[in-house]
Amino acid sequence: MSDTVAEASQSRQYTTFSLDKLFFGVETVKVQEVLRYQPTTPVPLAPGVVSGLINLRGQIVTAVDLRRRLGFPERPAGQLPLNVVVRGDDGAVSLLVDGIDDVVEITPELFESPPDTVPEKVREMIRGVYKLEGRLLLVLASEKILQFESQES
Amino acid sequence: MDENKEILNEFLIESYENIGRLDQELVVLEKTPKDHALLSSIFRTIHTIKGTCGFLNFSRLEAVTHLAENILSQLRDGERELTGEIVSAMLDTVDAVKRILSLIETTGSEGEESFEELKTRLRALADGKQAAAPSPGKPPAETPATLRPPAPEPAAAEPPASEATALEATDSRAHTAVADSTIRVDVSLLDKLMNLVGELVLARNQILQFTAMREDANFAGTSQRLNLIATELQAGVMKTRMQPIGNVWNKLPRVVRDLAVSCGKQVAIEMEGADTELDKTIIEAIRDPLTHIARNSVDHGIEMPPARVAKGKSATGRLFLRAFHEGGQVNIEISDDGAGIPPERVKRKAIQNGLITAEQADRLSEREVFRLIFLPGFSTAEQVTAVSGRGVGMDVVKTNIEKIGGTVDLQSRPDRGTTIKIKIPLTLAIIPALVVTCAGERFAIPQVSLLELLRLEGEVAARSIELVHGTPVYRLRGNLLPLVYLREVLELAGGAGAGGGAVNIVVLQADDRHFGLVVDRINDSEEIVVKPLGKQLKGISAFAGATIMGDGRVALILDVLGLAQRSKVVSERREQTVIEDHEASKRAAVEDRQTLLLFRAGEDDRLCVPLGLVARLEEFPRSKLERAGSEEVVQYRSQIMRLVRLAGVLGTPAPPDRDPVQVIVFSEGSRRIGLVVDAIIDIVEDRVEVKSESRRSGVLGSAVIGGQVTELVDVQEVIAAGDPLWLSNAAGERAGVGQGRQRSRLVLLVEDSAFFRGVLRAQLEMAGYTVIEAADGVEALEKLGERAVDVVLTDIEMPRMDGFELARRMRQDERLARVPVMAVTALGRPEIEERQKGAEAGFADLQFKFDREGMLAAIQKLAVAVDQGKQETEVHV
Repeated sequence: MSDTVAEASQSRQYTTFSLDKLFFGVETVKVQEVLRYQPTTPVPLAPGVVSGLINLRGQIVTAVDLRRRLGFPERPAGQLPLNVVVRGDDGAVSLLVDGIDDVVEITPELFESPPDTVPEKVREMIRGVYKLEGRLLLVLASEKILQFESQES
Repeated sequence: MDENKEILNEFLIESYENIGRLDQELVVLEKTPKDHALLSSIFRTIHTIKGTCGFLNFSRLEAVTHLAENILSQLRDGERELTGEIVSAMLDTVDAVKRILSLIETTGSEGEESFEELKTRLRALADGKQAAAPSPGKPPAETPATLRPPAPEPAAAEPPASEATALEATDSRAHTAVADSTIRVDVSLLDKLMNLVGELVLARNQILQFTAMREDANFAGTSQRLNLIATELQAGVMKTRMQPIGNVWNKLPRVVRDLAVSCGKQVAIEMEGADTELDKTIIEAIRDPLTHIARNSVDHGIEMPPARVAKGKSATGRLFLRAFHEGGQVNIEISDDGAGIPPERVKRKAIQNGLITAEQADRLSEREVFRLIFLPGFSTAEQVTAVSGRGVGMDVVKTNIEKIGGTVDLQSRPDRGTTIKIKIPLTLAIIPALVVTCAGERFAIPQVSLLELLRLEGEVAARSIELVHGTPVYRLRGNLLPLVYLREVLELAGGAGAGGGAVNIVVLQADDRHFGLVVDRINDSEEIVVKPLGKQLKGISAFAGATIMGDGRVALILDVLGLAQRSKVVSERREQTVIEDHEASKRAAVEDRQTLLLFRAGEDDRLCVPLGLVARLEEFPRSKLERAGSEEVVQYRSQIMRLVRLAGVLGTPAPPDRDPVQVIVFSEGSRRIGLVVDAIIDIVEDRVEVKSESRRSGVLGSAVIGGQVTELVDVQEVIAAGDPLWLSNAAGERAGVGQGRQRSRLVLLVEDSAFFRGVLRAQLEMAGYTVIEAADGVEALEKLGERAVDVVLTDIEMPRMDGFELARRMRQDERLARVPVMAVTALGRPEIEERQKGAEAGFADLQFKFDREGMLAAIQKLAVAVDQGKQETEVHV
């Protein structure tokens, strides 16, 4: 856990967004851009967390539904997701979220590792928690979010 | 000469760039002598120039740079310290190199100046004699040619006297000519430009759509101009990524020359169409395959000079490279006028390497034989030479070419040479594709895999799509085309197809297999820009990538081979076509596998007969069936063929006839009999193990074939039921004229597999022999003790006592020594070793188990010989 603390103390700017009433953030340095809803092309046979492909100015980007990735309930019908495009090892990937919030700057002292009671599958995708005034900011480990491979049956 | 000029230009551009950097680097190095990276970089630069000089035959430049390199390598290896003296000498070397380069550029040769003074200094420095140099500082300009030793080669047509002055004059301006007319650009920048142009094209398409809706002449004119400019821009940007194939070919003359020298051969290389352009990525991809093919041609194709002369060819072999555009593809041909590839040798090699059996080899067409060369595990090199033993086979060549969507084909004629033809797409970035719609989504299908489009309207569709064992097929010009529903393969939502409407079939080719892809709608064909899928989606074999459509939405590109594999149209086994197929059947033979014809009759869903017994499969319109007395017959090949209803023999209620009627034809000599069945299901290959003996008439037993319980039809019994005289008549015919013996010959059939016993017995009895059986050699000896047998037909591999031992024992037994023993083997072809061993043991003959005709003919011969032997014996007594 110590290296995640160290990592967290290095980057303190987070792009924040909401997801199923919770408050999340990813390091701003990893965010390429934030976009409103984009039409997506579904990819048959792809893992369920892949919502589809979007056209990002000529670049084809895989959209990952963060709700599904984190095991949250499905987005209510009619509510359009927004795109947080993050840079991965292998090009950009878009994370579909419910709402975009500010870019916030936070002091590392408020950081804490995710509590052990969080299910393990989700915990490895959350780098830690910042205890902010009135709410908690869950910091995502974006590289872990993107770590799933398509498996064919 | 053009190619040479191009190489030269490239060399000049590169060398100017590098040498220009050296000045500065050397100065920096003097200040930071410990900078190892910098030192290495300088060393590499000099080394590269030296290496290329060797290639281009610039001996002076090579000599100078070689000496400099020696010193640099000492420095690099820490053998000595850098001194000001060394730096000066290096800088002088740089100047000398520059001078020679500019001379090469202007005159095409490196001039007469030999730089003796500089060379001496460098030599001295290399030897560690620091003070030996005459001048520590900048040396005076080289004294011109008066003192130099005779030039090793005469300089080109340039008058030597004018050289020095010409040099001064052209020095600074000369290389502007070559070096400044081109710039190096990062490929990623070109890729980015390409993307932007793609975007621009999309935006243009949208604007054009707007234009169509408005009636504004001005706007229309402007967008028309935009249209033209965008198209031209797209073409221009695409062209930036194009490179002449000569860039790859340039390396070949050297490779070929070196190889030819080391093999003691003479090879002239010729090129045509070196300016044919290809996308950079493709150029990179074909570099290694081309080199490999050229090496192969020289190493294995072209003969030694005496051999060539003996054949009436010129001593110098010819390697001919040709490239040209055709139909949106680039064709590359590499031909040599060498010995060619004897198909026999290829076959032998393939058999040796266990790729096919000899039986299979006999059946291959010449083209198929040459295709063997491209299989993994094949190498034609009789002996591994230094050149060919590099672990790269033609299979790698094929794989690499196919990776970029290309194909390879090989043609060869003995003593005339070999030609390898490669077809590759112009670019990987933009391909023509057919866009289809399925379940509301669009998919692009690369045009290269597309054969034709079919549209079946309502009722026709319902009628003409049939099921073969649950798999939908369509009869396309007499061939069964397996159908794959895109909706099902991709598990798309929405259940069944368009419902009642027309069926759209895209006929595709995957490997050598054709299949029909059923889609909801066929839209249009267009040029698409191929974009890769992200890492998370790479594992889905059904897709080759994605593209952006005119409306800005993303569409997936289907991977035809992937789809075919996913839907099992191309099975794993068939993936490698010929050979894998042969591999499989070879295995099958060894494992007692059998090729079986599966069919349906009456209530029995799955029946089978060994395919080896079947003469033909026929279809007759119901109206052709006639009655002759109580029998059903059909006119077939100007004969009347009796028909047997299988359902009737099996005692199950006969279903109403289908039209046409499916008939399995058995033949014996000129006699034929047809077995009426409801439907032919399939031909499968499987290991047959009879699980349960049958009590039903007409059935030998049941076995699990292809994962399902299948009943084995007793052909002999079924035919006897239809034509009781068949067996005796056939036997009579076979016995021939003048034999006159009424006694049916007795054959002892020794075979451990109950199934084969059944099959062989049926065959023998159909041919008129009386058969007794034994399950192994021990039992056979017992039976031989009980009855006088005419011929023994035995399997080789058996428990307790095998065929060899049985034959040996019989030879030792006085009473049995004269009984001919014929062995049958399940192997594709009796191996030589097995034959020899069999001959020693006393086999009169050895035949292939599934070769009915061969076996019967052989046994007939033996039986006749026995008869004659007996007659002779009688006479003698």
